[in-house]
Amino acid sequence: MSKFEFPKSIASRPVWGTLEVRPGEHHLIIAEAEGAQAVLDIATPGMMAVTHIIYIPRHTDHSARLRALNPAQFYEGPSYAAALQRIRRVLEDAHMGLQVYLTGTEGMMGQAMNEAMAVGIPHTAIQTEHRGAIGRRMQCVHCKGITEDVEVDPFVCAHCGLNLFVRDHYSRRLAAYQGVRVDAEDHGNVPEPRGIYE
Amino acid sequence: MSGAEKIQVKVTEITPLNDLVTRFRFERVDGGQLPTFSGGAHTVVEMHDGPVTRLNPYSLMSDPFDQSSYTISVRRDDEGRGGSLFMHRQVNLGDEMTISYPVNLFSLDLRARKHLFLAGGIGITPFLAQIKQLDVLHGQWELHYACRNHALASYADDLTGRYPNETRLYYDDQNQAIDLKNLLSGQPLGTHVYVCGPKGMIDWVRNTAATEGWPADCIHYEEFLAPKPGKPFEVRLAQSDKVVHVGENESLLEAIEREGVDAPYLCRGGACGQCETVVLDHAGNFVHRDHWLTDEEKAAGKKIMPCVSRFEGKTLVLDR
Repeated sequence: MSKFEFPKSIASRPVWGTLEVRPGEHHLIIAEAEGAQAVLDIATPGMMAVTHIIYIPRHTDHSARLRALNPAQFYEGPSYAAALQRIRRVLEDAHMGLQVYLTGTEGMMGQAMNEAMAVGIPHTAIQTEHRGAIGRRMQCVHCKGITEDVEVDPFVCAHCGLNLFVRDHYSRRLAAYQGVRVDAEDHGNVPEPRGIYE
Repeated sequence: MSGAEKIQVKVTEITPLNDLVTRFRFERVDGGQLPTFSGGAHTVVEMHDGPVTRLNPYSLMSDPFDQSSYTISVRRDDEGRGGSLFMHRQVNLGDEMTISYPVNLFSLDLRARKHLFLAGGIGITPFLAQIKQLDVLHGQWELHYACRNHALASYADDLTGRYPNETRLYYDDQNQAIDLKNLLSGQPLGTHVYVCGPKGMIDWVRNTAATEGWPADCIHYEEFLAPKPGKPFEVRLAQSDKVVHVGENESLLEAIEREGVDAPYLCRGGACGQCETVVLDHAGNFVHRDHWLTDEEKAAGKKIMPCVSRFEGKTLVLDR
């Protein structure tokens, strides 16, 4: 499953787009797992000649196909955290005219978007396309701990162990959705977990 | 009354800078303080020229934190509708005038890591206030200022004297031109570009920046359109139940105001959107000249910006 249609929700929920090649001096693509498909969909030789691809496979293997696009630079990292130093360095050295493309899970796109915004790129200018896993990056409003790749609702906070309700309320600053204790009023009364979009 | 709130001021200084540009200083008649403003703001100056009332916007160029006075610089336009000629020829030291509170349609984006200013001729004025604002904020900026020649380069010597490392001048008569493509591609991420000058320069900068991959949110421009003369036409104002004749040398907005109808406005230059008016009926062609309506809205013929746009045809009915 590469593409998923997220149901319409509140204004706080991010709406991810579809990548398109835009004019630019340089292109930075950060792709995670199935996001490689979105890159393969838009790549042209002209674009690839001035493109730096940072790829985080996460149990998929599209590396060979991405390398075959012959980008100016290609880096494969085992995780977002491992790739982060490189992402920061690339953004720090970049000039205006850089186009940023993010594709993969919501959690990766949200965090990478923060890095791009931190160097002054308006969030409206950063392209995104969701591909692959639909798990969410959640912040527990009680202990502030982040739980990655949450697929069910409610879920157990990986930090404080509370049972949290998955909200659509999103923080661009944290790149996370809000998780609120589901049994705050009636301790122990926790509904059966179901898939977030079921 | 429409428009921003008004301030009664006295002209306390008139300083000719060169053949075309004169600077005016305004202080409050009641001796009080003027509001602070943000760099890039303009004020609308009321001019009572015989039977004609003109309301022209001018960029404030003084220090935005200086509440004792405002200054504007007016370039004489011998071909224009007469506002700048009135300022140059009929305004005297000590005259009382009415100006509006500052309105800013060209403010700095303070999220920018660097501000790149491109000025053409008298387009330098908003940048003078923005530079003073960035002095206080310790912002990073550079200015590229193109003029016809050294004699007409208002404030160029002040700028190069005070900011020698940030200011670069280009003179047409020495065949110097901004190397725009190179200048843009060398800017660090997070730079915002601001352009104020003739229409050709604004279009050139906007188009080049877009082609070079600059985000639209990082490109800022200010172009005040003076209403252009055109064929006279008649307009019916449905709410006020009036038929107004719009003369060759007045704008639709001015004609509406002349008849005592209070119509909203702010910039009077086709930029701010405040005067947007619904068209109830028409038979003829619109002459849309504003920057506000989208191309689709202009083609649909349901809205008009009376500050700069006109009409050619038989019937025009506005919801005003």
